[in-house]
Amino acid sequence: MIPSAFEYLRPETLEEAIRLLQENSEEAVLLAGGHSLIPILKARLAQPGILIDISRIPGLKGIGREDQALLIGGMTTHHEIESDPEVNEVCPLLAETASLIGDVQVRNRGTIGGSLSHADPAADYPATLIALDAEFVVTGPDGARSYRAENFFEGPFDTAMEENEILTSIIVPAPQGKIGGAYCKAAQQASGFAVCGVAVTVMLSDNGQIEFASIGITGVSASPYRASGVESALTGQAPTAETIEAAADRATEDIEPIEDLYGSAEFRGHLARVWTKRALEQAVKMAGS
Amino acid sequence: MEVSLSINGEVRSFDVEPRTLLVHLLRDHAKLTGTHVACETSICGACTVLLDGQAVKSCTVLAVQADGCEVTTIEGFAEDGKLHPIQEQFWEKHGLQCGFCTPGMILTAYQLLERNPDPSEAEIRRGIDGNICRCTGYQHIVDAIQAAAVELGKK
Repeated sequence: MIPSAFEYLRPETLEEAIRLLQENSEEAVLLAGGHSLIPILKARLAQPGILIDISRIPGLKGIGREDQALLIGGMTTHHEIESDPEVNEVCPLLAETASLIGDVQVRNRGTIGGSLSHADPAADYPATLIALDAEFVVTGPDGARSYRAENFFEGPFDTAMEENEILTSIIVPAPQGKIGGAYCKAAQQASGFAVCGVAVTVMLSDNGQIEFASIGITGVSASPYRASGVESALTGQAPTAETIEAAADRATEDIEPIEDLYGSAEFRGHLARVWTKRALEQAVKMAGS
Repeated sequence: MEVSLSINGEVRSFDVEPRTLLVHLLRDHAKLTGTHVACETSICGACTVLLDGQAVKSCTVLAVQADGCEVTTIEGFAEDGKLHPIQEQFWEKHGLQCGFCTPGMILTAYQLLERNPDPSEAEIRRGIDGNICRCTGYQHIVDAIQAAAVELGKK
């Protein structure tokens, strides 16, 4: 399986990459780690005339810390995220999510920016980054701006990014306190993609009540989403089994579960409720410990 | 397009189309056919090589992306004619039947043991889940990797 012919460009700066995008916006696509794009090119689902490889641009790769947040370059690989000591310490939920993506070869090459820009509705990161209330910084001809994770995804393989913009970094807040997080997924057996993936962050107050709960769900709907109904059912409540179960029952409020060969809409809705309950139980346990 | 890379320690240059996959550069241009092609869809892991020390599926890497990098294939894995301990243990523990998945399996096992020298059985199974053995000889493969971990631990 060989892609159709294309021209390959490897800019050395972000400015050059954006200029190349502008000059070739009709036929150019960005290449990061290539683990979403190259399979598409090989299957000839896309036949772009130009590939702009941004994976070697200095400054787009790596993990830093800024006050109470992690700053992750778009070209950082899943393996770098899962194995980074700071991510594991400050935000173990994100490290765990990265470790559950695909297999080791995929995690060695695939990048967080590439994955998010590709916007596969069954990808893992979106659930977790919605639950963590992350921000995605994109840079284009007019400079940089940012999106909240939950506003970034607009449909299968579609994002709010404008033409000629590049997802350059991800800002992940890391609040302090009695915080717990969990990512639970029912995976497609061959690829590891989520048939249903639920990410949860909860914070408990000193008296043991749920101060806030933040829930992102992937794989279930045409786009990953925030389960607002579940969140509001939990805020200010004591995290009893009954409260968690009743809240989890609201996991598919306001969305239409999708249907494909991995599961019917009814099955996906069921998975979303069950995995939301499990993820909440895990996160609450972690927050209380 | 000119691509220059180190293959098993030897720097070589090739003139390839940008769409050439690394696995085809290795097999068709460098004539190193130990790296196998099977599913061609990033699933099976038969084409696994080390790229700058990291296990990758060479059917999902463009040759131009490997420009300036170091590639290790199964041909470069034995040193001075002596099998690597992982290769030896695949032999000892019958970690192969038809052998088609073996080069990829061994290089992935290398990555696993480099990052986790003393893996549990579950960690081994998770570590090699990007490599498919269609003979389904997984138990012997896991045994071989466990034995290799012990051998490497003695060094």
